[in-house]
Parts: sequence; C-alpha cells; structure tokens
Amino acid sequence: MEDIKGMSFLSPNVINNLNALTGGLFLISAFGIVATRQMLGCLRFYVAQSVTLAASAFLLGLHPFSRHLMEVCIITIISKPILIPWVLKKTMGKQIYTRREISQVLNIPTSLLIAMVLAIISYFLAMPLIHATGDVRAMVNLPIGLAGVLLGTYTLAVRREALPQLLGLLAMENGAFFAGIVIAPDLPAIAELAVTFDVLILALVVGVLTRAIAKHIGTTEVGELASLKEDASL
Amino acid sequence: MNLLIIPALPILAALICALPASWYVAAGATIISSIAALVFSLDTAFIVLKTGCVISIPNWISIDAFGVLILLLVAFVSTTASIFSWGYMAQETVDSKKLRLYYANLNLFIFSMLAVPMIQEPNLTWIAVELTTLFSILLVGFENTKEALEAAWKYMLLTLMGAAIALLGFLILFWAARNNLGGNAYTWSTLSLIASKMHPELLKTAFILILIGFGAKVGFVPLHTWLPDAHSQAPSPVCALLSGIETTTILYVILKLLPVFEAAKGVDALLWARVVGLISLGCAAFLLIQVKDFKRLFAFSTVEHMGIIFTAAGIGLGAGHLATMMQIVSHAVTKSFCFYAAGAALLITGTRQISKVRGLIHLNPFSGIALLIGGLAIAGAPPFAVFISEFSIVKAAILVKHWITVALLVFFIITAFFGVMFHINSMVFGRPESPPVAKHKLPLTCKASMLLAIIPVIVLGVYIPPQLYQLLKMAALVLCH
Repeated sequence: MEDIKGMSFLSPNVINNLNALTGGLFLISAFGIVATRQMLGCLRFYVAQSVTLAASAFLLGLHPFSRHLMEVCIITIISKPILIPWVLKKTMGKQIYTRREISQVLNIPTSLLIAMVLAIISYFLAMPLIHATGDVRAMVNLPIGLAGVLLGTYTLAVRREALPQLLGLLAMENGAFFAGIVIAPDLPAIAELAVTFDVLILALVVGVLTRAIAKHIGTTEVGELASLKEDASL
Repeated sequence: MNLLIIPALPILAALICALPASWYVAAGATIISSIAALVFSLDTAFIVLKTGCVISIPNWISIDAFGVLILLLVAFVSTTASIFSWGYMAQETVDSKKLRLYYANLNLFIFSMLAVPMIQEPNLTWIAVELTTLFSILLVGFENTKEALEAAWKYMLLTLMGAAIALLGFLILFWAARNNLGGNAYTWSTLSLIASKMHPELLKTAFILILIGFGAKVGFVPLHTWLPDAHSQAPSPVCALLSGIETTTILYVILKLLPVFEAAKGVDALLWARVVGLISLGCAAFLLIQVKDFKRLFAFSTVEHMGIIFTAAGIGLGAGHLATMMQIVSHAVTKSFCFYAAGAALLITGTRQISKVRGLIHLNPFSGIALLIGGLAIAGAPPFAVFISEFSIVKAAILVKHWITVALLVFFIITAFFGVMFHINSMVFGRPESPPVAKHKLPLTCKASMLLAIIPVIVLGVYIPPQLYQLLKMAALVLCH
C-alpha cells in the first residue's frame, strides 16, 4: 500500500488521464462488438473490453488506494478474458465458435451511426446524475458505462447469431460494471465474486443452449427463429 | 441457523441427482428435499409470527414476514411440482441420464428461488434473481423441440438483458445510499430507513432502470413477449414453478423497493405501479381471447395477474397492501394448480391446441374437472381464493377513491374471466368431432400432486386461517413506508 502511494509519477492527474484513455478504449471495444463482421473478432473485442474494465478498476484503485477495486481488477482479469472464452469454446464446440461472417439486421455503417447516437445520448443521460451528486470521478466512467449498456442492448437487437448476441449481453454487464467501479467502489467482495460466478454460469448455460439449438435446429442464427407467434396457426 | 438449512436442502438434492444412479433416486431426493424445505419454511413462518423476523447472519441472511410468505409459497409449489414431475417426466422421456439432469436443474432452480427472499443485501438479491433465470433456461428448453429451444433463447435474451439493466439500477441505488448509510450495513431495512435522505434524481433513475429490468422478468407489458413462449413450452411442472411462483419472487423484489421510491420526493411510485399494472392487466385480458394453445392461455393469465398484483400495490395504504399479499398467495397456489391441470390435459390428449381438445370431461373426468376448477379459480369465480383477493383489491381501490382504477380493474378482470372461461368451457364440455382417444393414462403421482395443490385453492376461498391472516397483515406492513 505504501509503495504505491510513493510512486511519484502517478499523480492523481496522470491517473485520471490514463483512466480517460481506458474509457475511450472501452467505448471503442463496444463499437467493435456492434460492428465486427467476424465471430472471432467479436469475441476479441469483448476480451479487449474486459481488459480495459480491469485496467480502469486498477487505475481508480491506485489513488486513493482501494483494496476493493484491486480485487475487482484481479477477478475481472481472471474471469472475463480467460475463463469465459474457454467456457464458450468448451460448450459451443469449435465449429460454432469459429464460424465466420455474421449476418446482421442493419448494415455496418448504419449500425455504427446508431451506436454513435446512443453513445451521445448516454452522455446526456449521465450528466444530470453527476451534477446532482457532484461526484467528479464519475465524469468518465458513468457516461461510458451507460453507453456500454446501451450498445450491448443494441448488439442484441441487430445481431442474428447466437454468440454475438451472448457477447452483447456480457458487454451490457461490462458496461454496468464500468460505471459501477466508480459509483459503487465499496461493493462487498462477496458480491463481486458472486457476480463473476454468475457470469460464468451464464456463459456455460448459454453455451449449452446454443449447442442444443445447433444440434436440433441446425442453425445458430437465433434471430431467424420465429415459430412462436400469437397469430401462428398451430 | 434454521434459515440456511432451507436453501441447502435443494443443493444437497441436486448433488444426489448427479450420482450415477437410477432416476428414481433423483426424483425421490427432490421430493423429500422439497417436503423438508416446506416443513422448515412453515417452522420459520411460525417463528416470524411470534418475533417479527428470523436472523441467521445479521445484515446478510434474515427474513421478515413478506419474505417468509414468498418462502412458503416457493416451498409449497416446489413440493407439488416435484411430486407431479415423477409421473409426468417419466412419460416425456425414459432416458435416465436426461431425467437426472432435469432433476438436478430443477433443484438448482428451486434453490435460487428459495434464496431470493432471505438475502438482505440488495446487490446479492440481484444475483439470486439472475440465478433464477440461469437455472431455468435449460429447463424451458428441456424438450429440445424447435419451439422449446426458441422459447428458451427468447427467455434467456430478454430476461438477462433486463437483469443487466437492473444491475445498473442496483449500482445507482447503492451510489445513492452509500453516502447516507451512516455506519449501518447496506440492507433492505436500512434502505427504507434512509430513503428520504437519498438523492431523488438518483433514486428516480434507479427506480426506472430496475422497473424496466425486473419488469421484463416479471412479464409486464410490453416486455412480456417471451413469457407466453417460455411458460408454455417448458415441461408442465416447470411451467407451474415459472408462472406460479418465479414471477412472484421477482415481483417481491420490486415491491420491496416500492416504499423506498415512495419516500423520494418528486416521484409518484404508486402511480407508476398502477399505470404499469393496469397496462399489463388490460393487454393480457384481451390477448387471452385469441390464444390457440391452452398452456399459453394460462401464461397470459400470469401476465394479467402480475398486472393485478402491481396495481394493488399501487393502490397503497393498509387495505391495498393487504389485498396485494392475498393476491400473491391466491395467484401462486391457483396458477400452479392450473398448470398441473393443463399438463394432465396435455398428457392425455397429446396436444396443446385448444381446438383439438373437446369433451375432456368424458375422456378423462379427473382431468376435465381439474381443468374446469383451475379455469374457474384463476378467472376469479367464487368461492375460490382468487375471487376473495380480487374482491379485496377492488374494495381497497374504492376505499381510496381511485375511481378510474376501480373501473379499469373491474372491466379487465371481467374481460379476462370470459376470455379464460370461453376456452376452458369448449375444452371441457365441447363436442368432439371424432371420438377422442386418450394418449396416456394419468400417472398416480400427478393425481396426488393435483389433489395436494387444490387444497389451498379451495380452502383459502372460504376460510383464511388466523395465523395466515396475521402473517399477511405483517407482510403488508413491510410495504408501508
């Protein structure tokens, strides 16, 4: 604890700038998940996003030193970039996992444009909250975290394949936590661990479900499934 | 330590299911563990009646009157569901390994629902709610048909999306609370104490996010689209759990937050509750009319009843809160019975289509009468439990002079009544085109489970035991701010 405080070149100002940089990278990864054409690329952007989440937790935990945020950083690094891709690969099987070319409801430039609008909206949604509380540290993380949640929702809406939809869900969770490390830095460690456990079960369950869909229906384009409707003549 | 035993039981049963033995062992373990959980829950309820709450681990695991009510309902429905599963699931598949998987998953699902009402830290409650979804996804898709898998995927996508939105809401709630805690631990009870000190802007945002997020899981219109799919495609005992009690367990979390948001200035949380509730009730009442699948009929009825409960909570005051609690109890017991009746009809006729089921009462009198009673009871006919609770909701609304609410409630409930009874009537008494042939016989365990499930449906319509009434009154107090 002492030696970290003593590192003179990491002044609060530098840390804040570095945190803003990770925030930018986080947002870019969220855009990547929306717009990448390839399955593996989508997954890599998710991994990158999780790494920036961990980096932001680390930076914010430096000054003033926070044991909670360091725990968040370590838990995130172990679970999201390493364990989740591993679980997905194990459950979904290689073929689904590496299938290329994801079909999308909207084309990519339109998607990016809408994603940009969502990011701007989230800035305006977050500002009143920051002004209300006077919590300046939330200036970077809250709008970007909110944007992460909105972009994740948007990914769910435009992607048709199972894996990118799942990554959209996980990205939403990442977004909530990117905001969370600033607005709720003293979340009990048990909650952090439980959430991580939760996300792993999520990956496992959805992986198994995806494999069942591939096996019994013969496609993982879940967006195309539409046999259950009100007007369907059964 | 009483409390921790209850969620430990299904975990133990799930471990037994993992053993490479015959599925009879798994099914037996599930039934025994859920009966034991019911007994322990009853014991806890009696302690709560005397002392007000049971604390296992201060600030983390404890239960109040409202929580114990939910706990009792979960334990009761899971008992009947696990008995019903024995005969029902054996007809679905004979693969012992698959059946063991089903029971293991069922136990984990029951565990997550038992955990929700006893967790005191709101963020951990969110996790328990997320677990209820995660452990039920594979149960919904269990039959592995195209429709079941599609339903499971839709269910997963919408409810987990909702959960992620609610997560942000919970984090913002924590943000609003953490500067006002004053050394206290962050629990549901401190939350309602400090609610008036928290920043209204943050509270408002948290409320909207949690209402949208968990509302998707409860099945409020317009986020209900997954519900009729998932609640109709799952195996019938799972439907009973999903519709009867899981939705209520999530609604419990929203209801617990209602007094917190009431305390915030500038937010009329009760008005929000009435509007959201009436929209769900109204849409579902009309959607009921056009269904073609009788399990979907009961699924839409769940959307309708969630609307009624939330409207009742929005009426507020002692009378409204008491009526909310009564409706929660009567809906849970009645809806689970309805799904057993529907499951029995499905087993006998081999179809889910309303138009293909005619004259069920001649084909199989037991199942026909059960479906008729289920339909009448859930639609709100006297002398069943739902009638009493719906009547007290309308009475409470008249008491506080919310005339628009009264008018809409009565109109929608009557519409839904005719919607349900129109379909049920044609299924039970209608004249079949060709002489019907029973596909399966109704297993004995299914009959036993239905006979057990129907007891509260009938008894609570004519007589509420004083202990239960006391518990309902204590639970209603939790909703007051």
